[in-house]
Formats: sequence, C-alpha cells, structure tokens
Amino acid sequence: MMILSGDPPRSRVLGLILVVIILALAAAPFVFPGAKAMNVAAKICIFAALVASYDLLLGYTGSVSFAHTMFYGIGSYAIAIALYAMGPNWAAVATGIVTGLPLAALLALAIGLFSLRVAAIFFAMITLAVASAFQVLASQMAWLTGGEDGRSFQLPELLRPGTVLIPKSLIGFELNGRTLTYYLVFVAAGLMILGLLRVVNSPFGRVLQAIRENRFRAEALGFRTVFHLTYANCLAALVAASAGILNALWLRYAGPDTSLSFSIMLDILLMVVIGGMGTIYGAIIGATIFILAQNYLQALMGVASRAAADAGLPLLPGLLHPDRWLLWLGLLFIASVYFFPTGVVGRLRSAGAGKA
Amino acid sequence: MSELLKLAGVHTHIGRYHILQGIDVAVAEGQTTMLLGRNGAGKTTTLRTIMGLWPASSGEIALSGERIERLATPDIARRGVGYVPESMAVFSDLTVKENLVLAARDGPLDDARLDWIFGFFPALRRFWLSRAGSLSGGQKQMLSIARAIVEPRKLLLIDEPTKGLAPAIVMALIECLKEIKRKGATILLVEQNFFAARELGDSVLVMDNGKIVHRGEMAALAADVPLQERLLGLSLETHQ
Repeated sequence: MMILSGDPPRSRVLGLILVVIILALAAAPFVFPGAKAMNVAAKICIFAALVASYDLLLGYTGSVSFAHTMFYGIGSYAIAIALYAMGPNWAAVATGIVTGLPLAALLALAIGLFSLRVAAIFFAMITLAVASAFQVLASQMAWLTGGEDGRSFQLPELLRPGTVLIPKSLIGFELNGRTLTYYLVFVAAGLMILGLLRVVNSPFGRVLQAIRENRFRAEALGFRTVFHLTYANCLAALVAASAGILNALWLRYAGPDTSLSFSIMLDILLMVVIGGMGTIYGAIIGATIFILAQNYLQALMGVASRAAADAGLPLLPGLLHPDRWLLWLGLLFIASVYFFPTGVVGRLRSAGAGKA
Repeated sequence: MSELLKLAGVHTHIGRYHILQGIDVAVAEGQTTMLLGRNGAGKTTTLRTIMGLWPASSGEIALSGERIERLATPDIARRGVGYVPESMAVFSDLTVKENLVLAARDGPLDDARLDWIFGFFPALRRFWLSRAGSLSGGQKQMLSIARAIVEPRKLLLIDEPTKGLAPAIVMALIECLKEIKRKGATILLVEQNFFAARELGDSVLVMDNGKIVHRGEMAALAADVPLQERLLGLSLETHQ
C-alpha cells in the first residue's frame, strides 16, 4: 500500500490484470525471448510511463498539451546526440541525461508561465505551435540531429547485445547486455509510474484535482494555480523526457518518426483515454492494449481470415483480411471509448464499487 | 467599531456590461453585514469583485486598511478572506476530508476546530471519507461553509448559503452562522431568505441595479414594512 501511495487499484479485476501485465513484462526476456516480443514489451514499459506523465496533465489538471512528444523527443535526441558525438561511454549517457532533462523542464516552465495563466485552449494552441516548431527545427538542424535520418549510436559496452553477463550454460538462459537494457527500461518506467502515483496522491495532487474541477474556486482558497499547473507541466515534461531517453537507449536510435512524430501524440491521447484518465493505472492498461493491438492485430486477423475462408464463410475472409487491420483498430478504439467512457480503469472501478 | 473592509466608488465591468456602478461599502469588524437586493442587483458581483475573481475596473477596496483591488485572488484569500460561493461549491471528486485539508492550505487540520465544526454539521464526520460529489445538497452546503471556517478567517464572504435547501437544514445553517458570529467573525452575507437575514444581520446594505440604495441597521429594516416593500418589493413578514 505504501509503495502505491495509498491509492490501490480499487477493483479486484483491475488488480489482477495489472499483476498479470507486470509479471508478464518482468518475465518477458525469458518467457517471450523473440526480438519482436522484446520490442513490444519494452515499448509497453516506455509508453506506460510516457502516458502516465500525460495523465498527470490531462487527467489531473485538465490541461490539453500537444507538446508531450516534444519533451519525449528532447530526451531521445539528447541521449542520441551525446552518445553519437562522445562515443559509447557512460559519460555520454550522463551528458545526455543532464542536458536533456533540464532542457525539457526549462521549456515546460517557459510554456507554462507563458500560457497557463490564461484559458486552457490557449495552452493547447501554444503547445501545438511550439511542438510543430521544434519538429521543423529538429529536421532542419541536420548537422546536430541527423535531420530526417535521425541519429544511430552505439551503447556503452555493458548494454550491448553482444555482452554476455551470465552465460546460458550457467542458469539455462543467457543474460546479456540487451536483457540488462530491457530491465533498465522496465525498472526506470516502474519507478516513474510509482513516482507519479506519489505525486497525484500528495497534497499537491489534490490541489491539481481541485484546479481541474474549478480553477477559480481553488484560487479563492488561496492556491496560486499558475504555479501548480506549471509545476505539473514541468514534472510531466521531465518524465516524458526520461521516457524518451529510455526509448533511445532501447532502439539505439533517435529520429523524427520514433521520437517527435505527431502520430505518437495521437497514440498517447488514445492510450490515456482507453486506459482511463486521472487514474495513472490507466496508462499501464492503455499502453498494453494499444501496443498489443498495434503489433499483433494484423497477424491475428490473418489467422481469423484464413480460418473463415477454410470454413467457407462468405464476406468474413475479406472483412478480416490483414490489410484491413487499421480499419479494425479504429473500430476497436471507437468501441472502447463508447463502451468505456471513463476508460477501462474507470469502468472496472465503478463495477467493483457497485458490487461492494 | 473599526471598518475591516471598505469599498469606495467601486465599478465592475463584465464584458460590455457595467455591473457595479460606484458602490461604497463598509463592513465593520465583528459584525454581520447583510447584502440584500433583487436578482441581478449585483450582490454576487460585489463578493466576486472583493475576491478579485472579477477585478474592479475602478475604485478602491481596502482590507484592514490595505488596498487589495489589484491583488490576485489567491493573495486576497491568503490575507484571511474566506469565500463561500453560491450553489454548493465543493470539489466533487475529492472526499470531505480532502476538501477540508485543501482549505486548511498550509497546515494540518486543527482537531479542536474540526470538532467544533462537526458539532454543527455531524453529517460531515459521518461522510468524512466519502466523495463530496455523493453528498446531498444540504451536506454540500455544510461542507462549503465548513471549508471557509476550517481556519480562522478575518472576513467571510458568503453567497446565498440557504439557497435551495430544506427548511430544517436552513435552520441548522442559521444556528451555525450565529455561532460563527458569536466567535467574533466578520461576515458579509448575501441572502435572499429574509428570515435568515433578520436572524443574522447586524447591518444591511440593499442593492439595486449595481448601486447601494439603502444602508442601515438590519433591525430597523426588519421593523419597517413599507421600507422593505419599497426597497425589495416584498416584506419580511410575508417571507418567514
């Protein structure tokens, strides 16, 4: 309970689902050893933290930001540029971290102070403009960022796939640098989510919730809401940049498509809505559902389409053809928003409360 | 008796509407000043202007002699002004406890003061860990007032606390406000319930069309039926 900051899942089913997801992610290198499965598991960890940080903004303060991928990109590029320029050593990793995180926090501070004192829509528009400008800047400063090609780099030796830490002959499976990187991602993402749970359940988190509900009422109680909103914006930016660092370390690459693309922003929005806003736990559920669907729906539809064709069913083989996976992904999301307007977590919690 | 709050020539515009048209208000320390008037007279705007929620376009507002009309709302609140807005303004997603902890702002809740509040509003103790959104209308209003008095305040601005409440709850609220008054609080109270106004008010200001049209003792207004009818369009006797 302490580790969850006094905010348990409050639903047995939800608790069970979370335990299954966390155990599966913890055991992923041994249970799902393939490269694709490992990539999916790492992406779930990274996005769970990224989406949780966005939930701090959207779910707990009601602020809509379009600059979240920018902070994510700042973290990614900072570590990528440092490792590319300084070579694969820990000093470069440290340089990337001490450059990327303060830069993200400073930008978030500037955006917050500039736009959070006025209407929420102004904040959304400012973040959209700044994020677009940053994307163009990253693309045009090719000498630094690698432009559209991005930056590939090598990791310090300890984290390289070729580094065998414990040979297979000793414990039955090989523990190498790639596995270590995965656990770095897993533990760091877990710590960030626990940290965010602590933040939203602190007195500061309660003020954020009060601001979300009625900003003027919170001000009439004496809270300087601009300060609280800006602080939340900086915290969210720091976590997003940290998630970006983890993403770059995992991919050994930072580029516009993997770090700055606007489609990542849409994915984050979908994940937070599917999982359930203002819950933090929703980030884990949303990221898991979304990334699994993104990676396995097409293959699943291929199987279903072939099975329907073998059974001689009309229409279905065409409808379930793997090429139509994006259409079904879209329908799946529309259905999830329709049937779970408060997200999966909200629905499970209200079902649990109803039973109690 | 010294003036705790003073408004001099205050004008407030909301968009193109000129709502407060040069009002002068004095609220004496330790007294309850009633602000009466028909709907749309400018009573709520007066409270919101004092709180800085709708800034005064001109004029002076002084609290204990310090000018506050250019201060931001949180700074006004931090100078000891508690505000109870109309329409049961609680934070619905937070529990009763969290609503009160928020109101205490920088410090822990004072147990003795909490017991004092629970004495008026026992329901708040019963629903301590329930979401404020799940409370009844009367309980929400109790919570809203409790939030304003959970810490000692220099001045309480209370906007129509009895609006939409059942008579029994109105009586409990009046008793609570009387007790707060006995403790020496200074209150500026907007009220449409004339029975409550007569029970609580020391002095009275009547507003019409953004101006103060009458000021005097509450008891004098309560005793003068023709004056009530002239100022408010009805009499206290028929609204008990």
